[in-house]
Amino acid sequence: MSEALLDIPVNPTNPVEPFLRMDRMPHIWCPACGIGTTVNCFTRALESSKLNLDKVAIVSGIGCTGRVAGYANLDSFHTTHGRAIPFATGLKLSNPELQVVVYSGDGDLFAIGGNHFIHAARRNMDIKVICVNNLTYAMTGGQTAPTTPASVISATSPYGVFEPSFNLVQLAEAAGASYVARWTTFHVKQLSRSMEEVLHKKGFCFIEVISPCPTLYQRRNKMGDGLDAMKFYKEVSKVRNGAPTSECALTKSGEIVVGKFVDRDRPDYLELLRAQMTESLGDRYADPEVSCSEG
Amino acid sequence: MHADPKGVLTGVHFLDGDHACCEGTLAAGARFSAGYPITPSTEVVERFAWRIPTVGGIFIQMEDELAASIAIQGAVWGGAKAFTVTSGPGFSLMMEHIGYAAITETPCVFVNVQRGGPSTGLPTLPAQADMMQAKWGSHGDYSIIALCPNSPQECFDLTITAFNLSEEFRVPVMMMLDECVGHMTEKVVIPEADTIAITPRRFTKKTPEEFRLFEPQSDMVPDMVKAGDGYRFHVTGLTHDERGYPSMNVETQDVLVRRMHDKLKPFENGRAIYEAEFLDDAEVVVVSYGITSRVAQRALQLAREQGVKAGKFRMISAWPFPEQHIRELAGRVKAFVVPELNMGQMVREVERCAAGKAKVVSVPHAGGSVHDPDVILKAILEAAR
Repeated sequence: MSEALLDIPVNPTNPVEPFLRMDRMPHIWCPACGIGTTVNCFTRALESSKLNLDKVAIVSGIGCTGRVAGYANLDSFHTTHGRAIPFATGLKLSNPELQVVVYSGDGDLFAIGGNHFIHAARRNMDIKVICVNNLTYAMTGGQTAPTTPASVISATSPYGVFEPSFNLVQLAEAAGASYVARWTTFHVKQLSRSMEEVLHKKGFCFIEVISPCPTLYQRRNKMGDGLDAMKFYKEVSKVRNGAPTSECALTKSGEIVVGKFVDRDRPDYLELLRAQMTESLGDRYADPEVSCSEG
Repeated sequence: MHADPKGVLTGVHFLDGDHACCEGTLAAGARFSAGYPITPSTEVVERFAWRIPTVGGIFIQMEDELAASIAIQGAVWGGAKAFTVTSGPGFSLMMEHIGYAAITETPCVFVNVQRGGPSTGLPTLPAQADMMQAKWGSHGDYSIIALCPNSPQECFDLTITAFNLSEEFRVPVMMMLDECVGHMTEKVVIPEADTIAITPRRFTKKTPEEFRLFEPQSDMVPDMVKAGDGYRFHVTGLTHDERGYPSMNVETQDVLVRRMHDKLKPFENGRAIYEAEFLDDAEVVVVSYGITSRVAQRALQLAREQGVKAGKFRMISAWPFPEQHIRELAGRVKAFVVPELNMGQMVREVERCAAGKAKVVSVPHAGGSVHDPDVILKAILEAAR
């Protein structure tokens, strides 16, 4: 080991610490899990966004990624399974000056919560959805998710998955999302940049992050450890910004198309609501003041 | 604190119970509602959707009852007073979020216009068969308050009470209407805004550095904050400590669940809402609530005309169960008669509190209509014998 590596400063601080609840460390995630990498990217995005972090709220559902809210040093909500998006909808509408980020997993957002996802995208609700897609239900022991590719072995598909899986980026675009991107946890720079971009983008934004679960998914499918996952992502990922999302479906070992696929401007829910009410009611329309006054 | 006049439709009106309930939400200060259509409750939010744009608030029709019942809680943590409305199957779907409101101590109101069940049952016809579900429907131990209006006027008045109690105790409060009360049209008097008392949200006076999200105050209820004010708080449905951080062990569970259970004791002991008549000399007491109390009134009159000393105990707050009152009455009356539009739900509570000291007679009805007053009369006469 070189001398330089041993030259550790006194009282070292990690630049991401101000964005995390350090009194809650260590976190619960397994070694080589990708969720921490995404959180690191998120903290970098928060920092470079220059947003007032008192006005950023984070909402999670249930599962491994569902725990992100609890570690973020923001107003944070760990809700029920699948319901982060409708909770975020109420939060945003009652307090529109908040930037509301939904941070959850693929099972939470697309199985039990799938209906809420498509409706929030349809409404162009001004929330930012970050989905850590580890292709499995990790918290409960590695069962099949709607994202698990065909032929993968899981706890509930011991003979291999035979159901077709969702292509999340295509689903998001079809449902009406204003912004759709996909990266893997190998693409930390690009992911941070996308996260920063959506923090300044109006409307329903969606980022999918392909992320390894070495403990369950990789092990059960003989795909190696965390490092092997990085090598795999590096090898099979192909950056294709603007690619048709219909060409971005995932398979067990095939190409992972990454990039920003959709970036469009549509009026968001509150703009549509105000326009309709003003047209119908004119001066009688009272701009919403939903939050109640101080006690 | 008094009602904001913007939401108060002062005057004498001719309204059905659902519409009166809506006016109650507006008078109480609710400026957010999320709903999903279901008979016979939809009129509440239909009116809210019509009224709220000129009052200054938001109605959103969600994709299902799961979404509606959690969207209101997001709105509450954003600072709103909020409610949802449902019936039958929709109430079943909302159960998980009643538990979430309980453990996160989110003040909010659930209106349930009860219809016949189980399952799709009788969408357009009355029942009172969700009374136990209102108390026990979500998993785990927790406390709620449930109110049972028996007229459109009470739909208005008690909806304001429901919001006030939810703010005071930080519990979900259930407005347990039934199809008859929801669709019955009567005179409703809405008073001047400055005569309507409103319980404000218990926003903390502490700084973010001093504040702990679930630190109980002297009444066992924690003070609150809203998102965006710099408190950087964490809310979770997991068992949590006073900071709001997950802490899954026996000790934290014990402290949290006992406090959630005990914080309604002051309401239970002395603040039960009820209407009583002829209890001084009563030998038989008819215990009823909602629409059935109006049918029982006729039976009560007939019984007294026949010389039977029958009295009335009408539960307006059904949960927490008015235990003290039933225990006290059980020591001095011969029997309780309990008519309900269900196969015998609240009668179990009456039986428990009577503890063998007085006879308890259930007068069940499977729902779809109301009792024939003669059936209740017969039960009173038999109980008096």
